[in-house]
Amino acid sequence: MTATCLSRRDFLKGAAALGALPLTMVELSFADSSKNFTFAHISDSHIQQIQGSNFVYNWDRGLIRAVAETNLLTPKPDFVIFGGDLAQLGKKEELDHGAEMLSKLNYKVRCVMGEHDYYLDLGEYWSKLFGPHYYSWDHKGVHFITLNSVLTYDEWTHNRWPTAEQRMLEMAGLDNPNGSPFMVGEEQRKWLQKDLAKVKKDTPVVVFSHSPIQKIYKGWNFWTEDADEVQALLQPFETVTVVYGHVHQIQYNQIGNISFNSVMATAWPWPYPQSYAQAESHLPKLTVPMNRADPFFERDATGWQLIDLNTGRVTLRYNLWNNTNRTVAYNPETKQPEDTVYQSPDKRIPPQIHY
Amino acid sequence: MSKIILRITFSALGLLLLAVALFLALDTPQADEFTDKDVERWQQEFMSVVEKGRALWVSPELGTNGVACAQCHPNAANTHPETYPKFQQQLGRVAALREMINWCILNPLEGKMLEPNDPKMIALEAYVTYERRSVPLEPGKH
Repeated sequence: MTATCLSRRDFLKGAAALGALPLTMVELSFADSSKNFTFAHISDSHIQQIQGSNFVYNWDRGLIRAVAETNLLTPKPDFVIFGGDLAQLGKKEELDHGAEMLSKLNYKVRCVMGEHDYYLDLGEYWSKLFGPHYYSWDHKGVHFITLNSVLTYDEWTHNRWPTAEQRMLEMAGLDNPNGSPFMVGEEQRKWLQKDLAKVKKDTPVVVFSHSPIQKIYKGWNFWTEDADEVQALLQPFETVTVVYGHVHQIQYNQIGNISFNSVMATAWPWPYPQSYAQAESHLPKLTVPMNRADPFFERDATGWQLIDLNTGRVTLRYNLWNNTNRTVAYNPETKQPEDTVYQSPDKRIPPQIHY
Repeated sequence: MSKIILRITFSALGLLLLAVALFLALDTPQADEFTDKDVERWQQEFMSVVEKGRALWVSPELGTNGVACAQCHPNAANTHPETYPKFQQQLGRVAALREMINWCILNPLEGKMLEPNDPKMIALEAYVTYERRSVPLEPGKH
């Protein structure tokens, strides 16, 4: 039964009760271990309608599997984050179908806006299902913030395209030169400043965004135009982590006080930007890449994450379906996120070489 | 006797001279000698096929489920045309790039494979290779 078969009221009730969804497990640990907790993070499912009730099977399977596995977690995660791009072209049918799959999660779900959810109706229908585009909340001593980082210049959004459908298609093509850089935007940055004003500087802060809030490769929008301004608002805090989707690959970085961790997609992997020979890109040097994907395994290089929060720092456990799992954890000695197995150059393996 | 031989010789020589004269008089086709303008035109012809390949790359028309090549391969990245032909371990034999293009059309795109000389296949190969220009050839590299 798809969401569209449910009465709208029942469906909204279900969506509201469940919130967003996670496909990455994250742990935050504290000196006082009773403060440690976990949540899951699921992202980039790209549910794609073919026609009517037909959807691309491959992408459906990724999200269904992530939800099923997340439901089996013991101990149970405190909540689930869905990191954006639930839909492929922002259609109601796609968002409904995705929301219905997410509604199977037995946990509170919170959603992040992705560009594939946004650029058809500027997030209107998404909001009906999942709530505000950006928001914050406190949980067990950690201040959580969800940003909508996929906005862009007003002229591009409002004046350039004859139809909403074309606007969506133009932004949906990752390598489309007609696209436009992502940004958080002034209005939201003001909100963020105000939101952070009431947070103590030693309170751990965890930010969820769809785009990286750093500048890696503009051509594919592995990029946030006002990343520097957003980072400046976060730097005064002692312990900050940004967890982002969009890139469909393992990335991590440390800039000042801010740790950055990406999550995997459930739908398909993306090449590392250095694989495109015609442009310069800046993958964080710290990142040990994921293994090169084997396309003959439909779910290779996709997955979800379990996140532990320890002393406000993130340990990110990648559950990779056709590959060896990876763990990226904050190392208090080096003060940066590191892969717990492969970080040292002599530990790297051939599939991690991308070209 | 010697007079007859002499006459035949002169006749043969006459025919030979005639043949050479005719040969020089005809406007014979020239081998590969070309101008800058020719090069420019050929480059344009090539680029028009690259553009057709790019259009196919982002289009749902190769498959049946709306999925396009560019969804997983932005700018044709992670296709490595410079490494083909190579041993494709999943197939257990040496394969050409076009076989892998067809594999993708058949599987993630749920479409129908193209003939090797289909203009669409040639356009796809042209696009993929063009995006990888200036990268040294390394056939067989995994």
